[in-house]
Amino acid sequence: MARKIRVLVAKAGLDGHDRGAKVVASAMRDAGFEVIYTGLHQTPEMIVQAAVQEDVDAVALSILSGAHMTLFPRVLALMREKGITDVLLTGGGIIPREDMAALRQMGVGELFGPGTTTTAIVDYIRSSTRAGAETAR
Amino acid sequence: MANAVRTEAATPRVKREAEGPAASPPQLFETLSGIPVRPLYTPEDVGPGLAERLGEPGKFPYTRGLHPEMYRARLWTMRQFAGFGSAEHTNQRFHYLLAQGMTGLSTAFDMPTLMGYDPDHAMSLGEVGREGVAVSSLEDMEILFRGIPLDQVTTSMTINAPAVVLLAMYVAVAEKQGIPPEKLGGTVQADMLKEFIAQKEWICPPRPSVKICVDMIEWCARHMPKWNSISISGYHIREAGATAVQELAFTIADGIGYVEECRKRGMDVDQFAPRLSFFWDVHNDFFEEIAKFRAGRRIWAKLMRDRFGAKNPRSWMLRTHAQTAGVSLTAQQPLNNVARVAIQALAAVLGGTQSLHTNSMDETLALPTEEAATVALRTQQIIAYETGVTNVVDPFAGSYFLEALTDRVEEEAMAYIRRIDEMGGIIQAVERGYPQKEIADSAYRFQMQVEQGQRTIVGVNRFGGEEEISIPVLKIDPEIERRQIERVRAVRARRDAACWEKAIAALRDACLSDRNLVPYVLDAVRAYATLGEISDVFREAYGVYREPAVF
Repeated sequence: MARKIRVLVAKAGLDGHDRGAKVVASAMRDAGFEVIYTGLHQTPEMIVQAAVQEDVDAVALSILSGAHMTLFPRVLALMREKGITDVLLTGGGIIPREDMAALRQMGVGELFGPGTTTTAIVDYIRSSTRAGAETAR
Repeated sequence: MANAVRTEAATPRVKREAEGPAASPPQLFETLSGIPVRPLYTPEDVGPGLAERLGEPGKFPYTRGLHPEMYRARLWTMRQFAGFGSAEHTNQRFHYLLAQGMTGLSTAFDMPTLMGYDPDHAMSLGEVGREGVAVSSLEDMEILFRGIPLDQVTTSMTINAPAVVLLAMYVAVAEKQGIPPEKLGGTVQADMLKEFIAQKEWICPPRPSVKICVDMIEWCARHMPKWNSISISGYHIREAGATAVQELAFTIADGIGYVEECRKRGMDVDQFAPRLSFFWDVHNDFFEEIAKFRAGRRIWAKLMRDRFGAKNPRSWMLRTHAQTAGVSLTAQQPLNNVARVAIQALAAVLGGTQSLHTNSMDETLALPTEEAATVALRTQQIIAYETGVTNVVDPFAGSYFLEALTDRVEEEAMAYIRRIDEMGGIIQAVERGYPQKEIADSAYRFQMQVEQGQRTIVGVNRFGGEEEISIPVLKIDPEIERRQIERVRAVRARRDAACWEKAIAALRDACLSDRNLVPYVLDAVRAYATLGEISDVFREAYGVYREPAVF
């Protein structure tokens, strides 16, 4: 049997808006993923450490505070530093389109804004992670 | 706005599927709280005893409003929330809004300020001045209110965990203007229970956090007779996903919690209850929102008189601020938000609010631009001066539907309140994660209803267009963070070190006793202790709260 896709849902920085992260986490769980939720107010270091320890296929970072241009690059750099380059970094929040494009350039995956369906997020993670690829095979 | 540059932000693409009546699934005939709605209401739905349930406007149980003449005698306060970047920027915005006819100030603080960190703390990285104004020391507060005589405006400050620090700073700025605290009018939100339930901005665990709230209520009751020492807030509870019924229930339960804590301290209920104020969200379900305002006043009046034995009618009155629902705004087709806000604002007015903030159409994308904020204020002015709805008190009274809905909302909210009482009160319920879980479940249910097409969001899951509409959005210059760090470091270097040390030591001492902390925090801010330093004293004395990560 194919192993389950493991996703770390993370809230970074001081941002307390966790409605979206919790809804997405619940939807992923209902889609059969194993979901680890970090809780609020994590530093990039804490998030990447959790990603390594939990051996996840994807890190899904939720940021609604406007600090995305600081936090996504920091998490990505730390992931590279720790050598987990096969782990997908994706996420969502209030992120202007030009910032999404800039972050994609740096190597961050797809980012999702308001109005996205949870199905779209689940499908994307299924098609873009190593465990998802194994399942498909 | 020297540091606020504009860019065109494209709004997300929306798919053109599920459009038109052919693709539409069966509509849910229920309110946003899930209360079933029948096609027709008749006198039987109202039942006997309506006159007692309503009372007269200005009289117990205040279902019809707090004042006999309501808006004929005095309009609600138009209070637009503002704050971004540095204290200088927000001060400019305040002067602009006052010149536009706004009648009360309302301050939004940035995340580091809300969480009790100075701008040079590691956790503040990238967040300074972004979601509100950065206030790190008394110096920032002096700049924020420069040129604004504090005895001639009322100011609302949306601040919770470090509320005592901001309250003290406000009092200290007034002192410098020669204005004593008893002349100051306004509100400090200072509602920590809803932070643990919904907004998630905290420093210490629930019990010491509530202790500090009660310190403020007690101090204000003695020294600031015109000040609302707390704004018991449903807004954030609703925004986090609660239904209207849950918003009402958890907020009133929070109110009960504060009243009980004050009474444990030996305060007489009529000493502080007249200064308790509330804050509602106003969402899209027009009639349910009006019912919520009416039911809320009735529940509170009965609780205060019958459960807590308040004698002063002012203690029975649920005075409220209201804000249109940020969560209902869409990033897609943002101009549609103007219509949503107008309908929500109308519901708040028909519900009898005392004060109102109307959201700007661009707030789902960023902080509002000046143009968008002006349209939002104009929306209130149109309701107040053009529509005629202010001419009659509680015009929906006697409507079979609205009265039945008011009764039902009251009934369902009271069922929650009883459940929380059985758990031992709201603090215990919060520690068990009960309201948090109820809210998360409601948020998920709503999202699934939207995704399955049972609920329509115009421009998102129906009536979308491929075209991208761009509206200008406010950008915050990252330079602000660097300058704010420089400023706080300069304050630390410049202040009288001995004076500062003495004030911090006295505060630390007071935290270890059960003394009221307000006078000690006042001394600390006068000595230019920073917000982060004072919050650190709280962290050392009371510990830091860590939320159990459940979903």
